Amino acid sequence: MSQATAEVAATSRRWRRFRRNPTAAVGLAIVALVVLAAIFAPWISPYPDHVGAVVNFRARHQPPSAHYWLGTDNVGRDILTRVLFGYRISLILAATVLIFAVPVGVVLGLLAGYFGGWTETIIMRANDIALAIPPLVMALAVTTVLTPSLVHSMLAIAALWWTWHTRLIFSIVRTLRQQEFVEAAKTLGASRFHILFRELLPNCASAILVKTSLDFGFVILVGAALSYLGLGVQPPTPDLGTMVASGADFLPERWWESLFPGAAILVAALGFNLLGDGLRDLFDVESV
Amino acid sequence: MEFVYFLIRRVLWSLLVLIGLSITIFLIARVMPGDPARMALGPRASQQQVQDLKVKMGLNLSLTEQYERFAVGLAHGDLGLSFLTKRPVNDDIRETFAATLELVLVTIVIAFAIGVPLGVVAAVNKDGWIDNSVRLLTIFGAVMPSFLLALLLQVLAGYVLHILPTTGRITPDSPVIANITGLLLVDTLLKGDLAGFWDALRHLFLPAIALSAVTTGQIARITRASMIDVAKQDYVEAARAFGVPDAVRIFKYMLRPAFVPPMTIMGLEFASLIGNAFVVELVFVWPGMASYGVRSILQKDLNALMGVVMISGLFFVVANLSVDVLVGVVDPRVRIRGMRA
Repeated sequence: MSQATAEVAATSRRWRRFRRNPTAAVGLAIVALVVLAAIFAPWISPYPDHVGAVVNFRARHQPPSAHYWLGTDNVGRDILTRVLFGYRISLILAATVLIFAVPVGVVLGLLAGYFGGWTETIIMRANDIALAIPPLVMALAVTTVLTPSLVHSMLAIAALWWTWHTRLIFSIVRTLRQQEFVEAAKTLGASRFHILFRELLPNCASAILVKTSLDFGFVILVGAALSYLGLGVQPPTPDLGTMVASGADFLPERWWESLFPGAAILVAALGFNLLGDGLRDLFDVESV
Repeated sequence: MEFVYFLIRRVLWSLLVLIGLSITIFLIARVMPGDPARMALGPRASQQQVQDLKVKMGLNLSLTEQYERFAVGLAHGDLGLSFLTKRPVNDDIRETFAATLELVLVTIVIAFAIGVPLGVVAAVNKDGWIDNSVRLLTIFGAVMPSFLLALLLQVLAGYVLHILPTTGRITPDSPVIANITGLLLVDTLLKGDLAGFWDALRHLFLPAIALSAVTTGQIARITRASMIDVAKQDYVEAARAFGVPDAVRIFKYMLRPAFVPPMTIMGLEFASLIGNAFVVELVFVWPGMASYGVRSILQKDLNALMGVVMISGLFFVVANLSVDVLVGVVDPRVRIRGMRA
């Protein structure tokens, strides 16, 4: 059997195991639904014009009904519509943060783990400092000194999020660097670049995948907490955390105004977490 | 002795972390756009007033001189003056810090009291229905937005069932509690004030539960994994072969070494715990550092903000040092060999 067919066989075996793993399958299904909802929000939401600063006083504080499946908010906007569009903001935030934070964290972890010595000391001590700042507090500080906005909260979260990836990759690479395949590559005269990115990085891939999937959920939660505090996306842009905060004023009588957006955050975070958890079983990465 | 050297090394590193943190937050507060004095005084203040405040706060000095002042102050435990209240930030934070500390400590107690037993029963019944339910529970704990859980608990226990107070630390107008440690649970007990103790405990209950959800889940998950690891060790198998009763084997031989990873995780989780405390404190109107921090942030009080960040960092560093000492107490091997740094 050639290497290519062996790989195909391994992949299809994985896929079968994946489908039989209920947590992973449920997680993937939820993630797919959330992503589709976000992409197609303008076409599937019942009142696409309720995204903006629309006021519809005759329909304010409506409980869930056939017209408004999840009810309406304090100015009469359809909550289902705003939840679907809110998913867009959540996903954009998480994706942007991770696109910056994961590569930086991974490269720093590779460097610290492989070279050791002063490289390790500098990177891992910087890591310790970053770890000591609660991400939410950092985000509060940055968005205050600048102005509260989506971009600034993404910047603040990304500025600290690399730490966990660095720690993870560092611990994996430190055990890998003494193994034969690295020694062999070194003996054959492979460049440092080749050893780092062609030999070590592929061995970290499954751990990175699992961690990133879990992170997607956690970044969504931090972003929601920020906007719950009023420091994230500014109205009238629909954002799930902001919706919970403004709906909370009407608890417990008008529970739908805060609980449905809150449940929407929970569902998205749950989906990514189940997916990550399932992937962890699938790839046997205990370290994440 | 190894262990003592290890601890000394850790203390020195912690100092370095705090210095790094102070530079980071100083740069954020001073280099970013905006004039702190103008922010504090508002748009209607005259140019002269802004200039006076600048001189008073040392904002007219060069950046390195400003940092020097800030760092010297920090070394003396002085966080400077609040731009807004013109009071020393120390005084403001001292009042609020105790409230946050009490909330966080009770949260950690709850997290261990629930998380460790959950992890143990899950590990003992590995892959059974109990294990799966615990797993589901920990996942829900991890993905539940803390503000949503806080709101739900507040509505359910406070407004619907009317069984617990929903805001604050004590019932308003209750007799004054002597300020000894600042921790109400301790102070009331020291004075033998059982009614006050009960009142403080009832107020703590909901915020602490809301805050503990994530941590409890983490601890249950790590305890389970490390119990399963320990179960594979030869000495545990040997104990089983010798017919040592299950309870003794699990609680005496397995739980003690399995206790180390959850404690280490707890130290690292501290930062996110403080972050979540910010949200939970706001929901329950808890008069802690978080409420103070958010208030100073919304009013652009940069010195107060720097103080809150430094105290959070100090909190984190001290928590991790305590974890290191505790791990030495629980695991004698660490005391002899020292721990990998």
